[in-house]
Amino acid sequence: MSGTIIDILSWALIILGAFSLITGAVGVLRFPDVYTRMHAASITDTLGAGTIILGLILQAGLTLVAAKLLLILVFIFFTSPASSFALAHAALSSGVEPILDADLREDDKESSS
Amino acid sequence: MFAAATAALLITMIMALIRAIKGPSIYDRIVAVNMFGTKIVLMIAVLGFLMGRPEFTDIALVYALINFVGTIAVLKVFKYGDLARAHDDEEPL
Amino acid sequence: MGNRIIHSISLGTVLFAVWLVLSGHYTFFITTLGILSCALVVSIMQRMDLIDHEGHPIHLTWRAFTYIPWLIIEIIKANIDVLKLILSPSLPATPTLLRVKASQTSDLGQVIYANSITLTPGTISVDVANGEILVHALTRSGAEDLMDGEMDRRVTRMVGEDK
Repeated sequence: MSGTIIDILSWALIILGAFSLITGAVGVLRFPDVYTRMHAASITDTLGAGTIILGLILQAGLTLVAAKLLLILVFIFFTSPASSFALAHAALSSGVEPILDADLREDDKESSS
Repeated sequence: MFAAATAALLITMIMALIRAIKGPSIYDRIVAVNMFGTKIVLMIAVLGFLMGRPEFTDIALVYALINFVGTIAVLKVFKYGDLARAHDDEEPL
Repeated sequence: MGNRIIHSISLGTVLFAVWLVLSGHYTFFITTLGILSCALVVSIMQRMDLIDHEGHPIHLTWRAFTYIPWLIIEIIKANIDVLKLILSPSLPATPTLLRVKASQTSDLGQVIYANSITLTPGTISVDVANGEILVHALTRSGAEDLMDGEMDRRVTRMVGEDK
Protein backbone atom coordinates (compact mmCIF):
# COMPACT_ATOMS: atom_id res chain seq x y z
CA MET A 1 0.00 0.00 0.00
CA SER A 2 2.67 2.48 1.02
CA GLY A 3 4.56 1.37 -2.07
CA THR A 4 1.75 2.62 -4.30
CA ILE A 5 1.61 5.96 -2.50
CA ILE A 6 5.34 6.46 -2.99
CA ASP A 7 4.99 5.45 -6.65
CA ILE A 8 2.19 7.95 -7.22
CA LEU A 9 4.14 10.69 -5.43
CA SER A 10 7.30 10.07 -7.42
CA TRP A 11 5.41 9.95 -10.70
CA ALA A 12 3.68 13.23 -9.84
CA LEU A 13 7.10 14.76 -9.15
CA ILE A 14 8.53 13.44 -12.42
CA ILE A 15 5.53 14.72 -14.43
CA LEU A 16 5.88 18.13 -12.74
CA GLY A 17 9.57 18.09 -13.58
CA ALA A 18 8.91 17.18 -17.22
CA PHE A 19 6.35 19.98 -17.45
CA SER A 20 8.70 22.59 -16.00
CA LEU A 21 11.56 21.39 -18.22
CA ILE A 22 9.51 21.87 -21.38
CA THR A 23 8.13 25.21 -20.17
CA GLY A 24 11.64 26.43 -19.40
CA ALA A 25 12.80 25.37 -22.87
CA VAL A 26 9.85 27.23 -24.42
CA GLY A 27 10.95 30.26 -22.41
CA VAL A 28 14.51 29.94 -23.73
CA LEU A 29 13.08 30.04 -27.24
CA ARG A 30 10.56 32.84 -26.64
CA PHE A 31 12.42 35.44 -24.58
CA PRO A 32 14.03 38.33 -26.45
CA ASP A 33 17.56 38.66 -25.02
CA VAL A 34 20.36 36.80 -23.20
CA TYR A 35 19.45 37.85 -19.66
CA THR A 36 15.77 36.95 -19.87
CA ARG A 37 16.71 33.63 -21.48
CA MET A 38 18.93 32.94 -18.50
CA HIS A 39 15.90 33.24 -16.21
CA ALA A 40 14.10 30.60 -18.24
CA ALA A 41 17.16 28.33 -18.20
CA SER A 42 17.39 28.68 -14.42
CA ILE A 43 13.85 27.24 -14.08
CA THR A 44 14.97 24.02 -15.71
CA ASP A 45 18.02 23.98 -13.43
CA THR A 46 16.11 24.45 -10.16
CA LEU A 47 12.53 23.19 -10.40
CA GLY A 48 13.06 20.80 -13.32
CA ALA A 49 16.22 19.13 -12.02
CA GLY A 50 14.99 19.22 -8.40
CA THR A 51 11.65 17.53 -8.98
CA ILE A 52 12.97 14.89 -11.40
CA ILE A 53 15.80 13.91 -9.07
CA LEU A 54 13.46 13.84 -6.05
CA GLY A 55 11.14 11.57 -8.03
CA LEU A 56 14.03 9.26 -8.86
CA ILE A 57 15.11 9.25 -5.18
CA LEU A 58 11.61 8.11 -4.18
CA GLN A 59 11.88 5.32 -6.77
CA ALA A 60 15.32 4.27 -5.53
CA GLY A 61 14.29 4.03 -1.87
CA LEU A 62 16.85 3.97 0.92
CA THR A 63 19.88 2.88 -1.11
CA LEU A 64 23.29 4.18 -2.07
CA VAL A 65 21.84 5.27 -5.43
CA ALA A 66 19.49 7.66 -3.61
CA ALA A 67 22.44 9.20 -1.75
CA LYS A 68 24.30 9.68 -5.04
CA LEU A 69 21.24 11.30 -6.63
CA LEU A 70 21.03 13.64 -3.64
CA LEU A 71 24.71 14.49 -4.16
CA ILE A 72 23.98 15.32 -7.84
CA LEU A 73 21.17 17.63 -6.71
CA VAL A 74 23.48 19.38 -4.23
CA PHE A 75 26.15 19.82 -6.93
CA ILE A 76 23.62 21.27 -9.38
CA PHE A 77 22.31 23.67 -6.72
CA PHE A 78 25.83 24.90 -5.93
CA THR A 79 27.20 25.12 -9.46
CA SER A 80 24.22 26.45 -11.42
CA PRO A 81 24.15 29.91 -9.75
CA ALA A 82 27.93 30.15 -10.12
CA SER A 83 27.84 29.52 -13.85
CA SER A 84 24.77 31.80 -14.30
CA PHE A 85 26.62 34.56 -12.48
CA ALA A 86 29.74 34.07 -14.61
CA LEU A 87 27.65 34.13 -17.80
CA ALA A 88 25.69 37.25 -16.87
CA HIS A 89 28.83 39.02 -15.69
CA ALA A 90 30.75 38.15 -18.87
CA ALA A 91 27.84 39.20 -21.08
CA LEU A 92 27.33 42.57 -19.39
CA SER A 93 31.01 43.41 -19.12
CA SER A 94 31.56 42.62 -22.81
CA GLY A 95 28.87 45.15 -23.67
CA VAL A 96 25.77 43.08 -24.43
CA GLU A 97 23.11 45.59 -23.42
CA PRO A 98 19.96 44.08 -21.90
CA ILE A 99 16.51 45.05 -23.20
CA LEU A 100 15.15 46.92 -20.21
CA ASP A 101 11.78 48.12 -19.06
CA ALA A 102 13.31 50.14 -16.24
CA ASP A 103 16.96 50.81 -15.50
CA LEU A 104 17.37 51.53 -11.81
CA ARG A 105 21.15 51.38 -11.75
CA GLU A 106 21.80 55.12 -11.77
CA ASP A 107 18.76 56.05 -9.65
CA ASP A 108 19.97 53.87 -6.86
CA LYS A 109 23.49 55.18 -7.06
CA GLU A 110 22.35 58.78 -6.68
CA SER A 111 19.99 58.06 -3.82
CA SER A 112 22.62 56.07 -1.92
CA SER A 113 25.41 58.63 -2.35
CA MET B 1 6.90 6.74 -16.67
CA PHE B 2 10.66 6.94 -17.05
CA ALA B 3 10.10 6.81 -20.79
CA ALA B 4 7.85 9.89 -20.51
CA ALA B 5 10.54 11.73 -18.55
CA THR B 6 13.10 10.74 -21.17
CA ALA B 7 10.84 12.06 -23.93
CA ALA B 8 10.38 15.38 -22.08
CA LEU B 9 14.14 15.64 -21.62
CA LEU B 10 14.70 14.96 -25.33
CA ILE B 11 12.20 17.66 -26.33
CA THR B 12 13.90 20.10 -23.94
CA MET B 13 17.31 19.24 -25.37
CA ILE B 14 16.09 19.74 -28.94
CA MET B 15 14.72 23.18 -28.02
CA ALA B 16 18.02 24.07 -26.32
CA LEU B 17 19.84 22.96 -29.48
CA ILE B 18 17.61 25.18 -31.61
CA ARG B 19 18.57 28.13 -29.40
CA ALA B 20 22.24 27.13 -29.59
CA ILE B 21 22.10 27.06 -33.40
CA LYS B 22 20.06 30.26 -33.78
CA GLY B 23 22.25 32.26 -31.41
CA PRO B 24 22.41 35.19 -32.16
CA SER B 25 25.19 36.16 -29.72
CA ILE B 26 27.84 33.85 -28.33
CA TYR B 27 26.30 34.16 -24.85
CA ASP B 28 22.94 32.84 -26.06
CA ARG B 29 24.77 29.80 -27.31
CA ILE B 30 26.58 29.31 -24.00
CA VAL B 31 23.28 29.61 -22.07
CA ALA B 32 21.79 26.93 -24.32
CA VAL B 33 24.81 24.63 -24.06
CA ASN B 34 24.97 24.99 -20.27
CA MET B 35 21.27 24.10 -20.05
CA PHE B 36 21.86 21.19 -22.43
CA GLY B 37 24.60 19.89 -20.13
CA THR B 38 22.31 19.91 -17.07
CA LYS B 39 19.69 18.06 -19.10
CA ILE B 40 22.28 15.42 -20.04
CA VAL B 41 22.97 14.86 -16.33
CA LEU B 42 19.25 14.28 -15.72
CA MET B 43 19.02 12.16 -18.88
CA ILE B 44 21.81 9.81 -17.74
CA ALA B 45 20.17 9.43 -14.31
CA VAL B 46 16.72 8.74 -15.80
CA LEU B 47 18.14 6.36 -18.42
CA GLY B 48 19.82 4.40 -15.62
CA PHE B 49 16.42 3.77 -14.07
CA LEU B 50 14.76 3.13 -17.45
CA MET B 51 17.28 0.43 -18.28
CA GLY B 52 17.29 -1.00 -14.75
CA ARG B 53 20.93 -0.08 -14.16
CA PRO B 54 20.97 2.67 -11.48
CA GLU B 55 24.78 2.58 -11.43
CA PHE B 56 24.56 5.15 -14.22
CA THR B 57 24.21 7.80 -11.47
CA ASP B 58 28.00 7.68 -11.00
CA ILE B 59 28.45 8.90 -14.56
CA ALA B 60 25.77 11.56 -14.06
CA LEU B 61 27.61 12.78 -10.95
CA VAL B 62 30.88 13.17 -12.85
CA TYR B 63 29.08 14.86 -15.74
CA ALA B 64 27.48 17.40 -13.36
CA LEU B 65 30.96 18.48 -12.28
CA ILE B 66 32.46 18.50 -15.79
CA ASN B 67 29.56 20.57 -17.12
CA PHE B 68 30.24 23.36 -14.61
CA VAL B 69 33.98 23.42 -15.25
CA GLY B 70 33.36 23.34 -19.02
CA THR B 71 31.02 26.33 -18.95
CA ILE B 72 33.46 28.40 -16.89
CA ALA B 73 36.38 27.40 -19.14
CA VAL B 74 34.54 28.30 -22.37
CA LEU B 75 33.49 31.67 -20.89
CA LYS B 76 37.04 32.42 -19.81
CA VAL B 77 38.46 31.55 -23.22
CA PHE B 78 35.92 33.75 -25.00
CA LYS B 79 36.46 36.64 -22.64
CA TYR B 80 40.25 36.64 -22.37
CA GLY B 81 41.47 34.29 -25.10
CA ASP B 82 43.59 32.54 -22.49
CA LEU B 83 42.96 30.05 -19.68
CA ALA B 84 46.10 30.58 -17.65
CA ARG B 85 45.88 34.16 -16.43
CA ALA B 86 44.33 35.37 -13.20
CA HIS B 87 42.08 38.43 -13.50
CA ASP B 88 41.73 40.40 -10.30
CA ASP B 89 41.87 43.85 -11.86
CA GLU B 90 38.25 44.13 -13.06
CA GLU B 91 36.32 47.36 -12.84
CA PRO B 92 32.90 47.12 -11.17
CA LEU B 93 30.12 47.33 -13.76
CA MET C 1 44.99 27.34 16.28
CA GLY C 2 42.44 25.11 18.01
CA ASN C 3 39.95 26.34 15.45
CA ARG C 4 42.17 24.99 12.73
CA ILE C 5 42.16 21.51 14.20
CA ILE C 6 38.35 21.55 14.43
CA HIS C 7 38.15 22.64 10.79
CA SER C 8 40.56 19.89 9.74
CA ILE C 9 38.53 17.27 11.58
CA SER C 10 35.27 18.44 10.04
CA LEU C 11 36.85 18.55 6.56
CA GLY C 12 38.10 15.00 7.03
CA THR C 13 34.66 13.87 8.18
CA VAL C 14 32.94 15.46 5.17
CA LEU C 15 35.49 13.94 2.77
CA PHE C 16 35.07 10.51 4.31
CA ALA C 17 31.27 10.78 4.17
CA VAL C 18 31.50 11.59 0.44
CA TRP C 19 33.90 8.67 0.01
CA LEU C 20 31.44 6.34 1.77
CA VAL C 21 28.62 7.45 -0.53
CA LEU C 22 30.65 7.14 -3.71
CA SER C 23 32.53 3.93 -2.91
CA GLY C 24 30.00 1.18 -2.21
CA HIS C 25 32.75 -1.31 -1.32
CA TYR C 26 33.25 -1.67 2.41
CA THR C 27 35.91 -4.35 2.91
CA PHE C 28 38.58 -3.66 5.53
CA PHE C 29 41.38 -3.06 3.01
CA ILE C 30 39.47 -0.62 0.79
CA THR C 31 38.04 1.32 3.73
CA THR C 32 41.56 1.72 5.12
CA LEU C 33 42.70 3.09 1.77
CA GLY C 34 39.73 5.50 1.84
CA ILE C 35 40.64 6.79 5.30
CA LEU C 36 44.29 7.18 4.25
CA SER C 37 43.39 9.15 1.12
CA CYS C 38 41.10 11.47 3.09
CA ALA C 39 43.91 12.06 5.61
CA LEU C 40 46.31 12.77 2.73
CA VAL C 41 43.96 15.38 1.24
CA VAL C 42 43.53 17.06 4.64
CA SER C 43 47.31 17.22 5.17
CA ILE C 44 47.88 18.65 1.67
CA MET C 45 45.22 21.29 2.37
CA GLN C 46 46.95 22.08 5.68
CA ARG C 47 50.21 22.67 3.83
CA MET C 48 48.48 24.84 1.21
CA ASP C 49 46.91 26.84 4.05
CA LEU C 50 43.42 26.39 2.59
CA ILE C 51 41.67 25.43 5.82
CA ASP C 52 39.96 28.47 7.26
CA HIS C 53 36.50 29.43 8.35
CA GLU C 54 35.56 31.00 5.00
CA GLY C 55 36.25 27.88 2.99
CA HIS C 56 34.76 25.52 5.49
CA PRO C 57 32.04 27.34 7.40
CA ILE C 58 31.06 24.87 10.11
CA HIS C 59 29.91 27.73 12.34
CA LEU C 60 26.94 28.17 9.96
CA THR C 61 25.77 24.56 9.99
CA TRP C 62 22.89 24.88 12.45
CA ARG C 63 21.61 28.24 11.24
CA ALA C 64 21.73 27.01 7.64
CA PHE C 65 19.08 24.43 8.55
CA THR C 66 16.58 27.23 9.12
CA TYR C 67 17.68 29.27 6.09
CA ILE C 68 17.70 26.53 3.42
CA PRO C 69 14.03 25.44 3.84
CA TRP C 70 12.96 29.10 3.60
CA LEU C 71 15.10 29.50 0.46
CA ILE C 72 13.57 26.38 -1.12
CA ILE C 73 10.04 27.72 -0.51
CA GLU C 74 11.07 31.06 -2.05
CA ILE C 75 12.53 29.23 -5.07
CA ILE C 76 9.30 27.30 -5.61
CA LYS C 77 7.20 30.49 -5.37
CA ALA C 78 9.47 32.32 -7.82
CA ASN C 79 9.40 29.32 -10.17
CA ILE C 80 5.60 29.40 -10.30
CA ASP C 81 5.68 33.13 -11.12
CA VAL C 82 8.15 32.67 -13.97
CA LEU C 83 6.29 29.61 -15.32
CA LYS C 84 3.08 31.65 -15.47
CA LEU C 85 4.93 34.44 -17.25
CA ILE C 86 6.39 32.13 -19.90
CA LEU C 87 3.05 30.45 -20.57
CA SER C 88 1.06 33.68 -20.89
CA PRO C 89 0.63 34.48 -24.61
CA SER C 90 1.62 38.17 -24.44
CA LEU C 91 4.89 37.50 -22.51
CA PRO C 92 4.50 40.42 -20.07
CA ALA C 93 8.15 40.62 -19.01
CA THR C 94 9.36 43.92 -17.58
CA PRO C 95 13.14 43.41 -17.27
CA THR C 96 14.80 45.62 -14.70
CA LEU C 97 18.38 46.25 -13.68
CA LEU C 98 18.81 47.40 -10.11
CA ARG C 99 21.35 47.59 -7.34
CA VAL C 100 20.52 46.07 -3.97
CA LYS C 101 22.51 46.66 -0.84
CA ALA C 102 24.27 43.64 0.65
CA SER C 103 24.49 44.37 4.36
CA GLN C 104 26.81 41.41 5.07
CA THR C 105 30.36 42.46 5.88
CA SER C 106 32.17 39.20 5.09
CA ASP C 107 32.86 37.87 1.59
CA LEU C 108 31.19 34.60 2.56
CA GLY C 109 27.94 36.36 3.48
CA GLN C 110 27.90 38.32 0.23
CA VAL C 111 28.59 35.18 -1.81
CA ILE C 112 25.72 33.36 -0.08
CA TYR C 113 23.41 36.32 -0.71
CA ALA C 114 24.39 36.66 -4.40
CA ASN C 115 24.04 32.92 -4.96
CA SER C 116 20.62 32.91 -3.28
CA ILE C 117 19.53 35.72 -5.60
CA THR C 118 20.72 33.82 -8.66
CA LEU C 119 19.23 30.53 -7.51
CA THR C 120 15.79 32.17 -7.29
CA PRO C 121 14.45 32.22 -10.86
CA GLY C 122 13.45 35.69 -11.99
CA THR C 123 16.49 37.38 -10.48
CA ILE C 124 20.14 37.02 -11.50
CA SER C 125 23.03 38.76 -9.78
CA VAL C 126 25.36 40.26 -12.39
CA ASP C 127 28.03 41.98 -10.35
CA VAL C 128 29.12 42.21 -6.72
CA ALA C 129 31.11 45.29 -5.75
CA ASN C 130 31.41 47.76 -2.83
CA GLY C 131 28.73 46.12 -0.72
CA GLU C 132 26.18 46.30 -3.52
CA ILE C 133 24.86 43.63 -5.87
CA LEU C 134 23.79 44.48 -9.43
CA VAL C 135 20.70 42.39 -10.13
CA HIS C 136 18.85 41.68 -13.37
CA ALA C 137 15.19 40.97 -12.57
CA LEU C 138 12.72 39.51 -15.02
CA THR C 139 9.76 41.50 -13.74
CA ARG C 140 9.35 44.79 -11.94
CA SER C 141 7.45 43.13 -9.09
CA GLY C 142 10.29 40.63 -8.59
CA ALA C 143 12.70 43.56 -8.34
CA GLU C 144 10.48 45.24 -5.76
CA ASP C 145 10.27 42.05 -3.69
CA LEU C 146 14.06 41.95 -3.65
CA MET C 147 14.28 45.61 -2.61
CA ASP C 148 12.18 44.83 0.48
CA GLY C 149 15.32 43.17 1.80
CA GLU C 150 13.75 40.09 3.38
CA MET C 151 16.38 37.77 1.87
CA ASP C 152 19.17 40.20 2.81
CA ARG C 153 18.05 40.21 6.45
CA ARG C 154 17.79 36.42 6.56
CA VAL C 155 21.26 35.90 5.06
CA THR C 156 22.73 38.44 7.48
CA ARG C 157 21.07 36.65 10.39
CA MET C 158 22.35 33.29 9.12
CA VAL C 159 26.00 34.38 8.90
CA GLY C 160 25.58 35.90 12.36
CA GLU C 161 26.39 39.52 11.50
CA ASP C 162 23.22 41.21 12.71
CA LYS C 163 23.42 43.46 15.73
